[in-house]
Amino acid sequence: MHSDNEITPEMVRDSKIYQQWGLTDAEYQLIVDTLDRLPNYTETGIFSGMWSEHVSYKKSKPILRHFWSTNERVLQGPGEGAGILDIGDNQAVVFKAESHNHPSFVEPYEGAATGVGGILRDIFSMGAQPIAVLDSLRFGELDNAHTRHIVDGVIAGIAGYGNAIGIPTVGGEIGFDPVYAGNPLVNVMAVGLMDQKGMQVGQAKGVGNSIIYVGAKTGRDGINGASFASAEFSTEHESDRSAVQVGDPFLEKLVMDATLQAVRDHSDIIVGIQDMGAAGLLSSSSEMASKAGMGIDLDLNQVPQRETAMTPYELMLSESQERMLFVVKKGEEQVILDLFKKANLDAVIIGHVTDDGRYRLRFNDQVVADVPVDFLTHAPKQDLPMVAPKRLAILKADQFVPDVTDLKQTVLDLVGQPTIASKSNLFRHFDSQVRADTVIKPGGDAALVRIRGTKKALAMTTDVNARYLYLNPKVGAKMAVAEAARNIVATGATPIGITDGLNFGSPDNPEVYYELSQAVDGINDLAKQLNTPIISGNVSLYNETDGQAIYPTPMIGMVGLLTDVSKATRIGFQNVGDSIYIIGETNASFNGTEIQKMQAGDIDGQLFDLNDHDEITNQKLILAATDQSLLASVHDLSEGGLIVGLLESAFAGQFSFNVVIDMTAEFLFAETPSRFIVSVAPQNREAFEALAGDSAKKIGEVSAEDQMTIQSSDQLLQLSRQETQTIYQESISWRLKG
Amino acid sequence: MRAAVIRFPGSNCDFDMLYALQDFGIDAEIISADNNDLNGFDAVFLPGGFAYGDYLRTGAIAKFSPIMAAVIQAANDGKLVVGVCNGFQILTEAGLLPGQLQVNKVPGFICEDVELLIENPNTAFTNAYETESIMIPIAHGEGNYYADDATLAQLEDNHQIVFRYAQNPNGSAHDIAGIMNERGNVFGMMPHPERAVDPVTGNVDGQPFFKSILSEIIAGD
Repeated sequence: MHSDNEITPEMVRDSKIYQQWGLTDAEYQLIVDTLDRLPNYTETGIFSGMWSEHVSYKKSKPILRHFWSTNERVLQGPGEGAGILDIGDNQAVVFKAESHNHPSFVEPYEGAATGVGGILRDIFSMGAQPIAVLDSLRFGELDNAHTRHIVDGVIAGIAGYGNAIGIPTVGGEIGFDPVYAGNPLVNVMAVGLMDQKGMQVGQAKGVGNSIIYVGAKTGRDGINGASFASAEFSTEHESDRSAVQVGDPFLEKLVMDATLQAVRDHSDIIVGIQDMGAAGLLSSSSEMASKAGMGIDLDLNQVPQRETAMTPYELMLSESQERMLFVVKKGEEQVILDLFKKANLDAVIIGHVTDDGRYRLRFNDQVVADVPVDFLTHAPKQDLPMVAPKRLAILKADQFVPDVTDLKQTVLDLVGQPTIASKSNLFRHFDSQVRADTVIKPGGDAALVRIRGTKKALAMTTDVNARYLYLNPKVGAKMAVAEAARNIVATGATPIGITDGLNFGSPDNPEVYYELSQAVDGINDLAKQLNTPIISGNVSLYNETDGQAIYPTPMIGMVGLLTDVSKATRIGFQNVGDSIYIIGETNASFNGTEIQKMQAGDIDGQLFDLNDHDEITNQKLILAATDQSLLASVHDLSEGGLIVGLLESAFAGQFSFNVVIDMTAEFLFAETPSRFIVSVAPQNREAFEALAGDSAKKIGEVSAEDQMTIQSSDQLLQLSRQETQTIYQESISWRLKG
Repeated sequence: MRAAVIRFPGSNCDFDMLYALQDFGIDAEIISADNNDLNGFDAVFLPGGFAYGDYLRTGAIAKFSPIMAAVIQAANDGKLVVGVCNGFQILTEAGLLPGQLQVNKVPGFICEDVELLIENPNTAFTNAYETESIMIPIAHGEGNYYADDATLAQLEDNHQIVFRYAQNPNGSAHDIAGIMNERGNVFGMMPHPERAVDPVTGNVDGQPFFKSILSEIIAGD
């Protein structure tokens, strides 16, 4: 067997070029032993793609398999394009997150744009209409010109793709810390809605059924992006190519609409659908065959190509965007081909399902690869060593003590911190309202999207405070889940499921591997208690620059269900004279907080605790009060503590407040978890207090004038709403101007 | 009383417009831009989106689509022709409305609620409004209205300016948010009234827009 290029199997072996594609000597030898011959160039290439961490999860799988992913709602757990949950009325919600960290650093606009495109394909390949996108972004500090360039590009890229395809960007969060300067994080979560009868899976069942290639033509973009490009080994052609793909939202909209129409009208003849993501045609086709226990036979000359003289290796490992693979019943292909042709899209039969369990590729009438499907799709797992990071052993138990000598200035400085300040001047570039279903837009605790034709709505959020994880990976991960759930609950919705985006450094570093393991334990622990199974997710490892890893950053994407959208609650105060209550205890929780970062320059010390029982009890109280429509506003407390929560509720509603707390002033900045502030109209006060008992403490009233006051046990704080809000609102824009 | 919502490849507010019309009891349906016949329709709506990707100047490709001859015919027949956002851009490209929509003065897509002043309350699109200013969302990167001075003077003199921005978000000449032709049957605006009709989304300032059109169509029957 020979590929069409001049590199023989012996040359592959002797030059060890497979190493540059990411295969180890042991993995190469395993391939040789299993095939009982030397793999050729193309075969070596496809093993390198399929056995890359990005595709195989060979390093993270031993940890990820611990994720709890089943309960009464789960219709589809991890392993498909996206997870699916039952939301009643024969409807289902589909969601998943994906990272595009590295491409977004190299080429911010296209990296972020194709991140949106990729996750949307995961959703509609399940047969679901995408209804919303959220972005979880992390950048370095804005005092760095290169970081500002990345921020501008990423925001424009998300806007350029999401706005054009017409799926609203309804939420997410943006954080800044120097650890992300060389490794920005771009995690995109997409949510879809479907009728349960329209569920599709990526499987290639039925001998003789046809494999149909749909969508954009294949080019040389992103070749082996899942492994990594190798200049030494590239042909002259390849070395000039960007490793980052280029997105075309218009084309993707055509593919999306046609795919959903095919699912709607022809589900009886569609056997499986899979999007071509990482490792492109290779991973989509081989995984579909593997999941069905079948083989597959492809004729690569049939693959639509937009460049000339592409080799089998390039065709299989290209990551050109906006492509899908369908498996359609034999003899019924024409109706699908016609449907896509009508939308001016390529749709071509490129092969068929076999029963011999082989992955066979043909090119120019030669067999250029012939390997066992299951072997190709099951990379040898790696159990890696783990050890607790040294830094964790030497963290001091004492909590940081904020300096509140100039309390007013401290507050004004805090609301201007990029992590705290309003992100609305960035989010305004995203179309948050297209489809006309957005009930709560960006700027709330969670976004809320109604389901037209029902009383239901879906709440959705992304959250993680990586500083907490840096000080305690397990508790910090629990806090991320807790905060996501509080954000969902603050809209009145009940949390129902999780997708994650696990962003970590190199797993080959035992300390990083420990962080990953601990974070997964923490997520699992609280997810079980909240009955929010982890139904999908993404892993992004090797987020390091010059040996410096990012903070462990497991983004938690959570979805909630609100059965009666008329009961939705928002963060903004609603009426003068409403009473303000705090729910949950405030403790000296200062290590890892925004105030510590701002005043001490860095975070340090042992992380404060999360009380699981309080967390769940307080969330249940909010849901009970919302169900009885007792609350005028609800806001969870997180970064920046009580002071920031009060200010945000004031700004959102354009009201002020007069508050008295029986604590000293520094506790305004404590980030003790499990807390909310709510406002309650006078007529509901009695009923609310009866329901809440000791869990809620009245701290003040909503007022109309510009002045906002807080009397603590040792200081009186007076702030002008206009002055404070201007800093909160404009700080990011000021910093972006450099 | 039937309304057509034109779906160009890349339109993405077609269903939003359809649902809004249907919510007001208008018999509306989506018509592909591949069609070339709009007979039997009393009103034609060109929705928002990115027709044909809008990789060139917005609306520059859409004006060549088969449906446009029928849209022009409908306009000439005095039927209501309404373009929102991308639809407005297409109507100016097709010459049914004067002027051009350019890239926003500060380049970049903007999505937010903006205050509109109802400049001419006596139109088929505003007659049901009882206030002088409303909040309607915008969502565009190319909404900066341009026309030469003579055209602007004409628009002012003939009261063809229907909506103005209270605070100009995109650099539009004379703060123009929406205009109609001299005859008053062809209308285009950048903001999205179809996103402001349902109380659940928190804004119903678009409702009188559709009520105005509804009464106009009924009156025309």
